[in-house]
Amino acid sequence: MVEAVLFLFALGSGCGLILSFASKIFYVYEDPRVEKIEGLLAGANCGGCGFAGCSAAAKAIVNEEAPPNACILIGPENVSEIGGIMGAEIGIAEPLKSYNTCDGGNRATDRFYYLGLNSCRALASMYQGKRDCRVGCLGLGDCVKACGFDAIHLGPDGYPVVDKEKCVGCGACEKVCPKPILEVRSISQRLLHLNAEDDALAPCSQTCPAEIDIPRYIAHIRNGEYADAVNTIRERNPLLLACGRVCPHPCETKCRRGLADDPVSINQLKRFAADWEMNSNKRLPIPCAPDTGKRVAVIGGGPAGLSCAYFLRRAGHRVDIFEAMPKLGGMLRYGIPEYRLPKKVLDWEIDGILKLGVESHTNVRLGVDFDFKSLIAAGFDAVFFSVGAWNDYKLGVPGEDLNGCFTGIDFLAKIGNETPVKIGKRVAVVGGGNTAIDCCRTLVRKGVEKVYLVYRRTRKEMPANEVEIVAAEHEGIEFVFLAAPNKVVGNEDKQVVGLEYLRMELGEPDASGRRRPVPVAGSETILDVDMIITAIGQSSDMSFRGKGDRLDDVRVTRWNTFDVDPATCKTNVPYIFAAGDAATGPALVVDAIGGGRKAARSMDLFLKGKPVEAQPKQLLNKHIAESIFKSVEGVTKKKRAEMPELPVAERIHTFEEVDLVISEDNAQNEANRCLSCCRLCYNMDVQISG
Amino acid sequence: MGDLLVLMISCILINNILLAQYLGNCPFLGTSKKMETAVGMAMAVIFVLVMAGVITWVLNVYCLKKLGIEYLQTISFILVIAGLVQFVEMFLKKSIPALYAGLGIFLPLITTNCAVMGVCLINIKEEYSFIEALVSSFAYAAGFGLALILFTGIRERVLLARVPKPLQDTSIGLVTAGLISLAFYAFKGMV
Repeated sequence: MVEAVLFLFALGSGCGLILSFASKIFYVYEDPRVEKIEGLLAGANCGGCGFAGCSAAAKAIVNEEAPPNACILIGPENVSEIGGIMGAEIGIAEPLKSYNTCDGGNRATDRFYYLGLNSCRALASMYQGKRDCRVGCLGLGDCVKACGFDAIHLGPDGYPVVDKEKCVGCGACEKVCPKPILEVRSISQRLLHLNAEDDALAPCSQTCPAEIDIPRYIAHIRNGEYADAVNTIRERNPLLLACGRVCPHPCETKCRRGLADDPVSINQLKRFAADWEMNSNKRLPIPCAPDTGKRVAVIGGGPAGLSCAYFLRRAGHRVDIFEAMPKLGGMLRYGIPEYRLPKKVLDWEIDGILKLGVESHTNVRLGVDFDFKSLIAAGFDAVFFSVGAWNDYKLGVPGEDLNGCFTGIDFLAKIGNETPVKIGKRVAVVGGGNTAIDCCRTLVRKGVEKVYLVYRRTRKEMPANEVEIVAAEHEGIEFVFLAAPNKVVGNEDKQVVGLEYLRMELGEPDASGRRRPVPVAGSETILDVDMIITAIGQSSDMSFRGKGDRLDDVRVTRWNTFDVDPATCKTNVPYIFAAGDAATGPALVVDAIGGGRKAARSMDLFLKGKPVEAQPKQLLNKHIAESIFKSVEGVTKKKRAEMPELPVAERIHTFEEVDLVISEDNAQNEANRCLSCCRLCYNMDVQISG
Repeated sequence: MGDLLVLMISCILINNILLAQYLGNCPFLGTSKKMETAVGMAMAVIFVLVMAGVITWVLNVYCLKKLGIEYLQTISFILVIAGLVQFVEMFLKKSIPALYAGLGIFLPLITTNCAVMGVCLINIKEEYSFIEALVSSFAYAAGFGLALILFTGIRERVLLARVPKPLQDTSIGLVTAGLISLAFYAFKGMV
């Protein structure tokens, strides 16, 4: 006994002595950070990080071969502390939360029992769950069992419901879910995710250029959760008040309900939710990610610029908008007349975006008030161009410079800006697009006696929205179809007194598939007008180029738009991005908003030093073939909600808003018409109640 | 000489420390995801095992046996091996940085690894001579390296294969290890 104790004591102190001497003799300087970081790692030597033990991982982190969150066992506090040791800015990382992407539809059929144990994973690995849906929830609740925080339960409809308060974003549910149902994402990851081929997307969401999760917000409206509906729309579209009013809703053309009776009136529901927020006079809080310290300049404060600024701000970047006009809003303010989108509404919406901390500088034009070099010198890390398409095309006929000749956007901008314009008594508007219609309807409200719309094809070929054409017809605008202006007739005072046009007839279809108008010889007719507005299309004003700076290197297409990669909105200069009309040519507001978000995603990658690449499996507004049905079964027919509007006699004398918001009851009815589609299934339960 | 060769083959293949004795499974699973790491680990094990085998043999014969306190084998071996590895680590870091860069990070991992400990105890149990203990330590370690490298090669390929989700990662690793073990079972009766 005694010798055992003595022996161990001797052995122990011998080892201790040798080691303590050795540590002095063989001392080597080592980065003190390694030791500190090793102390913060789990110390389990589990190898989960891919390195041989914790000290190896610590070394790799110090050598920047591994990220601060390489260790899979430690929590976010330790990660941010390690980040701090590594000199990264100490800030709490964005919180991760679990989201459910599949919220209804017919449940997958149970096909496999593993020793009587019902498990999504067993079901999926043996039989892929329900065979005809690659995304749908299997509903056996593996996620509920996996959650260590009691944050998930199976809702009454059998799909998981996440309690956001309890969720810590550990990712356990996402890991066990055999299908892409539960996603653990941070705010900016969610905001900047573009529609992908394997997402759970209804046909309407696939079509929407802004990629709004339409069935989800309609479901919120149905449940009376209007605030959640607004938040859902805002994840993809910051200009919901404006879009709810002016969007020609391409989504509705693909609405599956349209196969049974009429498509759901999606845009009116959006407007209903948006107006609910504005009329409640309380702005819903919009969370932003922690500051990243990066700065972005946005040139042009139209829909694309506002959208990009909004998403970048929410991802934590600092954004400055530079706008040439006196106020922000671009075409929303200066191209769309008051009666379609009241300025008061637009101001309220833009205010909400600026309140997030976006700086705006108005009345400053690039190339005139400031130049590109000064922007870069001011320390902006990236520049976004959303300068729009503000240059009207000319008719190219004699007499176009006479007094009384205007161009569409120029005219609308003057009206929007309340600049006095001398308006005639009888006016001809040339063109068949929305701008032409907007000019006509504005003129009617300005008390013009007679407004002609001169278009070289027929009503069927008009590119303007059908509802707009109908409204213009109601307001007494006379359409002169198959007429091509030939000459502007003026008097001695250089004042317009008439528009001479040639009558046309339709010939062979052209590249756009519309029949090409051919002039009829000797059919010259004179229209008795004293004012002419030309609204036959626009292009971008690129006059800020050619000043000997980096902008000259940016490639431009032959249509005078920025040559951008459509999947990422990046130009050939790494820090310059572009979207909106300046990149696509004249398009819809909602296209610009979607483009702004796409660019924001690329810019976020660029600002974080990651390669700017297209998102894998990006959908780019194409459709997932399996989701387009030929018919839908078992739908009880029900009429779509009519849009309330001001009576014609009343509205043609004022600039009061014409289209009105639908009532809450109607909104409920309309929301109940939604089939809650998701690719392959639509929710049977809803139809029974609807 | 012939006996030593037989001993060597028996230690490497027949009584493989990992696949026949099931010792040292933690590094077997932990460091078998990347070939580079596995090779480093194998080298480190050879290095440490040979030294540990020698020093524990000496300690056993010249101290424990003399004093008649063999029952302290386990605890004194742990102490000595741990001290030795720490010492060697410091020595390498200062004197042979190149070797340290290759092995260094693995050394503390296997300080008192069960494979190392197991081999030392086997050496004593089988009453090997000094030379035999040296050869067996080296051969067991080589067997460890062989199994680890084989296993890593397979795991790297399994990564590319379609594995059902519930079986992914460690589960399929263990199944694979079991199959390799069965294959090594065929060496039984070779000697």
